[in-house]
Amino acid sequence: MPTRHKKEIIQLERFATEIRLETLKEIKNLGFGHIGGSMSVVELLAVLYGKVMNIDPENPKWKDRDYLVVSKGHSGPAVYATLALKGYFPVEDLMTLNVDGTKLPSHCDKNMTPGIDMTTGSLGQGTSTSIGIALGNKLDKRDSYTYLVVGDGELNEGQCWEAVMFAAHHQMDNLICFVDNNKKQLDDYVKKINNPYVFEEKFAAFGWDACTVKGDDVEAIDNAISKAKTVKGKPSVIVLDTIKGQGVPFVENTFANHSIKFGETQHKEADITIRALEEKLGKSRIGV
Amino acid sequence: MTDNIKIAKIHAAEAKEMRKVYTETMIELADKNINIVALDADLTSCIGMGPFIEKYPERMFNCGIQEANMMGVAAGLSTVGKIPFVHTFGPFATRRSFDQVFLSCGYTKANVKIAGSDPGVTAMYNGGTHMPFEDLALMRVVPGMTVLDPSDSTMLKDLMIQMADIYGVFYTRVLRKSATKIYEDGSKFEIGKAARIRDGKDATIIANGVVMVPNAIKAADILAEEGISVRILDMFTLKPIDKEAIIEAAKDTGAIITAENHNVINGLASAVAEVIVESDCLVPMGKVGVMDRFGQVGSLDYLIKEYGLTAEDIVKEVNKTIKRKN
Repeated sequence: MPTRHKKEIIQLERFATEIRLETLKEIKNLGFGHIGGSMSVVELLAVLYGKVMNIDPENPKWKDRDYLVVSKGHSGPAVYATLALKGYFPVEDLMTLNVDGTKLPSHCDKNMTPGIDMTTGSLGQGTSTSIGIALGNKLDKRDSYTYLVVGDGELNEGQCWEAVMFAAHHQMDNLICFVDNNKKQLDDYVKKINNPYVFEEKFAAFGWDACTVKGDDVEAIDNAISKAKTVKGKPSVIVLDTIKGQGVPFVENTFANHSIKFGETQHKEADITIRALEEKLGKSRIGV
Repeated sequence: MTDNIKIAKIHAAEAKEMRKVYTETMIELADKNINIVALDADLTSCIGMGPFIEKYPERMFNCGIQEANMMGVAAGLSTVGKIPFVHTFGPFATRRSFDQVFLSCGYTKANVKIAGSDPGVTAMYNGGTHMPFEDLALMRVVPGMTVLDPSDSTMLKDLMIQMADIYGVFYTRVLRKSATKIYEDGSKFEIGKAARIRDGKDATIIANGVVMVPNAIKAADILAEEGISVRILDMFTLKPIDKEAIIEAAKDTGAIITAENHNVINGLASAVAEVIVESDCLVPMGKVGVMDRFGQVGSLDYLIKEYGLTAEDIVKEVNKTIKRKN
């Protein structure tokens, strides 16, 4: 008999598989999209929305909720799949990604999509806006966490480091940041474009609590968040060691996978992955 | 002119510096509303926020020299119900952090109030790097933004109270030193409605801000001695602009002259011309302003002359424009 904890982990893994499946179907249906950086945050989204975040899908604007700012706004498709599976809107709506007049645009938009807490897309800006949210909640003494997701490539942006400095100065222990360290940005490897060296050390030097975990391991992510919540007087960063296109073999194996256009080959490969993910889920599809 | 606006009899230097009025108004707003917060990028002392910081230390966020982050933090604060007033020098509040103002504040439909200090030539000895001739132009193209260039402290105070009450993104210019008194204390202004300072029949000077409104009044006095009567409109709301007042002025006086302490490109001249060319009253128009140039150091008098912003420059432009009337 698995323990209660083990059951929870299995459930989070199932949720991650569901998110991955719906995200893949969503982008395949559109025929193009930011698949690489969507897939690398799937496990994180499963942990946040499957367990960690204090939210109410019936009441997306609930004042005392936890907030998520996906500063790498091009991960929108994965976030939408997660929100749909949580009941913020029907799963069928995922087929409207980027269609004319949609409420699901390429990049996250808080004024369009129920459950999106902040508009992002121009890289770097979500770092500052998430801090503003956390700061306001702290001022009003709300018991709320703000979660921030930044890309490794996104950390090229100077604004991020202004924000990182500011958050440490204001001792923002109600802010937890995740770096999706999938090693690649649009053009090439992050290291080849503008070497960031070691993110954990950089954040630590700015006064943050910092750690690194495997980004496809829901248990490790969950444990790291629990630990981060015990840290007082400083913000925390959890660097996620991920793969761009994580969990979708043909995307992982495509070098330029920031955004992929689906031709005949990609459609066939996607169908194979969709079948594999469906088999993995078995017949009893459940949301968490 | 509404009854709520009273023109001062004598246009002399105001007793209080504009920054003092800015800070006093910030304190009054904060007293009334717990959600009012202030942000700055290492220029709190320049705008005189000391008394605010003393009274509300937990509601003042001095971000340090990081304007981009500051605009984003303001947008985030607005997301959870705060009403952030953000100050820095005009060029840094607009040009340096344009994408953050445009997207984090504008596109998200945030409730953020931005104040840029030392309009145009009044940046004086800070020179070309600090002299905003383009701040209003940049803010004008942010959809939905309200853009203000108040002409004295009485107006600034009244506009700040309205900015705090009306949801949305605002940009206002603010002078740190003393402005010339244009309005009697207690005058009330309507955002989007020009204030008519005086009436006339031969032409209309449409001016805004702390430099050009007083100079427009001086120009009107000179012109009166020459037997030319001009209407003066204080177009303190650059956006949304008062189309009705512009068209009415065109119909009544047959000539329009704009006067701005700003680049004539995409500032007041452009905004007024856009209204005129779409109207059925195509009157001749002249413009006084900065002719697509960068700033430089200098005394205020020197700079006003250098950039052609004097009362005499306005007089010349009015005469030139009147000659083009049919």
